[in-house]
Amino acid sequence: MTQPGPALAVEGLAKSFGPVRAVDDLTFAVRPGAVTGFLGPNGAGKTTTLRMLLGLTRPTAGRTLVGDRPYGEHALPARVVGAALEASSFHPGRTGLAHLEVFAPQVGVSRRRCRDLIDFVGLGGAAHRRVGGYSTGMRQRLALATALLGDPPAIVLDEPANGLDPEGIVWLRRLLRAFADEGRTVLVSSHVLAEVQHTVDDVVIIAAGRLVHASSLADLAGLAAPETYVESPDLPAVERLCAEHAWDVRPGERGLLVLAPSAEVGAAAYRSGVELHQLASRGADLEDVFLRLTGGVRS
Amino acid sequence: MRNALVAEYRKLVTTRMWWVLLLACAAYLGFIGAVLGFSLVFAPEQQGGVTLHGIDAATAVYSLTNGIGYVFPLVIGSLAMTTEFRHQTITQSLLVEPRRGVYLGAKLLATVPVGLLYGLVAVTAVVAASAPLLAGWGDGAYLTDGGVLQVLALSVVVIAVWAVVGVAFGSVVTNQVAAIVVILAFTQLVEPIARVALGSFAGLDQVAKFLPGAAADGIVGASFFSSYGSGAGELLPRWAALLVLLGYAAALALIGRYTTLRRDVG
Repeated sequence: MTQPGPALAVEGLAKSFGPVRAVDDLTFAVRPGAVTGFLGPNGAGKTTTLRMLLGLTRPTAGRTLVGDRPYGEHALPARVVGAALEASSFHPGRTGLAHLEVFAPQVGVSRRRCRDLIDFVGLGGAAHRRVGGYSTGMRQRLALATALLGDPPAIVLDEPANGLDPEGIVWLRRLLRAFADEGRTVLVSSHVLAEVQHTVDDVVIIAAGRLVHASSLADLAGLAAPETYVESPDLPAVERLCAEHAWDVRPGERGLLVLAPSAEVGAAAYRSGVELHQLASRGADLEDVFLRLTGGVRS
Repeated sequence: MRNALVAEYRKLVTTRMWWVLLLACAAYLGFIGAVLGFSLVFAPEQQGGVTLHGIDAATAVYSLTNGIGYVFPLVIGSLAMTTEFRHQTITQSLLVEPRRGVYLGAKLLATVPVGLLYGLVAVTAVVAASAPLLAGWGDGAYLTDGGVLQVLALSVVVIAVWAVVGVAFGSVVTNQVAAIVVILAFTQLVEPIARVALGSFAGLDQVAKFLPGAAADGIVGASFFSSYGSGAGELLPRWAALLVLLGYAAALALIGRYTTLRRDVG
């Protein structure tokens, strides 16, 4: 891996399953040298989009590109993009090592490479055990090893953290970071922003098959407005105060949610002599922004 | 294509199914071979009024490899395809080989060596179980006769062709359970009845020999059915029979290519 990875492009992509528009006029690009988080709630169309990117599903409209051409038009596509789509797609009766060896010829790598990779993903001890006895985390690791067979300059992983133990998640995070630093293109999907927010440089967020946000993670964080929860015996006075400062207000449990930093709200109340019984910073974090963008509800 | 062939071959031999089914095949055919050999030797007059003697008896027993055993290569072939869908390995398979025609072609061809192994084991099982009976108590095993050896060799070949037909069938019926049920129903019930029934009507008896099982008998050049003159005795010449059976594989594979493998995967 010396050359930078290929850019991935999704252009005007749409997919209908009967009357259901699973993906709708979706356009975004993924740059090399960065980890891009592909985010959205379950059922947002992430997997369908990835399947279209990898030539497994035919788009109703639009196209997808890996570098300068569609995935399937590369001579050895698995050497260009390493993909892990589901942690469940293994024959349970095949050993982990045999699974890699089955696909090695078409990727153009040796049995030796399979052996090295299974050690690399931490499955060395289970290499000769049948996959049927693997845990979800082990299957994730095997799926990752399969994706890495061809030492690909681009890596596409669908929900790779599902089922991984905390240690595994840290390991995966470092691995993806290292890949991006080497100049590879890394696209990772997740339905939980928190899972990837320490890993990704860029985010592409979709909901109901449509793009709702694409930017760097820093720009997404910029959308995170601070909130302050206030309780007071004189709520109308607080509301008047907020109106003076042009702060948006929403009703809270027994008080008010003010869309402003708690220090400013507290200072303003002190200056105006408004009695407060609670002043709590509920700073909207990235997760809130994500949920707001995708129309979801915090569980 | 070579890499795709190696991959498909590895898929077949890296699970236990191929040898479990091979053992079952050997055991079943050995049992049937012994039973038929025994009944021919010790109670020949009970066989539907027709008595088989000498080389005819030997050929009739040996042709069981195809006549009874073809269900095994069909099943192993169909499993090669249906397991991909059952366990969703089709996704990874098409990631490394997006050209779906190449994928299917490799799968069809990669079953040939496994099919030949099944053929070899099946023939060996039938011969090993029946030849001692025929030689010891009957009119002889005829294992040095050119015609008999040809029947045995072509039985091996025809079993391999059945495995290819199985893959092609699996590409059409991708549900594993459904595929096996259809194969069992067709081979054990539908075709035997159809061959006898069609053979009983003038005009339709010409149709019977084009049925896949009858075509396979035609390749071997001997048929358990024809031995007993059940009315479905007439077989195609060997070359035509081979073309007919390969035609079934090709037709099924084409249907699979343009239905199953045209669809979205996953």
